Amino acid sequence: MDDTLVIGGHEIASRLIMGTGGAANLEVLERALLASGTTLTTVAMRRVDAATGTGVLDLLRRLGIEVLPNTAGCRTAAEAVLTAQLAREALETALVKLEVVADDRTLLPDPFELLDAAEQLVDDGFTVLPYTNDDPVLARKLEQVGCAAVMPLGSPIGTGLGIRNPHNIAMIVEAAGVPVVLDAGIGTASEAAQAMELGCDAVLLATAVTRAADPERMAHAMRLGVEAGRAAHGAGRIPRRYWAKASSPDPDA
Amino acid sequence: MTVFLNGESRELADGASVLDVLDVLGVPRTGVAVAVDGSVVRRADWAGTALTEGARVEVLTAVQGG
Repeated sequence: MDDTLVIGGHEIASRLIMGTGGAANLEVLERALLASGTTLTTVAMRRVDAATGTGVLDLLRRLGIEVLPNTAGCRTAAEAVLTAQLAREALETALVKLEVVADDRTLLPDPFELLDAAEQLVDDGFTVLPYTNDDPVLARKLEQVGCAAVMPLGSPIGTGLGIRNPHNIAMIVEAAGVPVVLDAGIGTASEAAQAMELGCDAVLLATAVTRAADPERMAHAMRLGVEAGRAAHGAGRIPRRYWAKASSPDPDA
Repeated sequence: MTVFLNGESRELADGASVLDVLDVLGVPRTGVAVAVDGSVVRRADWAGTALTEGARVEVLTAVQGG
């Protein structure tokens, strides 16, 4: 059975999408990316300087990993649209992870600016993957303006608090006609598995791997977690029961 | 003339193009994008786009993030 993830016509071979932020250096990042098995990885857009270089792009090109530019750091729709356009020009991709956050303390998406930016970018021909709140109504509106996926948070960026409102994620999955990618908040492999068990199509994470004590091992664990959760979702779990139900035959029978 | 290049004022020859700015910065031609006064300048237009006094030029590339 073909189980390939397709977002806006792009086939994505891995259901674990990685971020590159937070890695101590490019060698650590390379080992983690390889262990994760990822085929799509985010980068941020920043002012170039002699020290910056284009090292992360060279690395991703060498590893054959597709680039997903983000609009991290943008607070308004106008900023996010310009950043996305610059990313498209620099990286020659129409894919964009749209991030428009409200403040530094929560890094939660600003729903109004996000929806505005999403609509503008869709009209401009982008394949828009919005980082959104775990709000089923906002997810629906983002899909309605033409986003190619919706990416609800499990909990705030970098917190590692896991999925704080699984019921909202389940409602988003149930209603969505586009792929749902759980983005942000994952701390460990069981939480990545939980996202997939809830029916998400993929998981996007960075900090949980790049800031783990051993990023390479955690990347491997996340890969297994995503695969396990996907398999379990497809397998159909047993119903929850209140009382015990013996799995061995009754001795008196 | 003076332009503001990634937020810092720089002296450039009158009539300098976007492409000249990349040479000033010493950055590669691939993997970067340029905005002048808040609008993207397409790669194909770099050589033909002359800057004017006080222009705000932003040159961006991809870095680790997200």
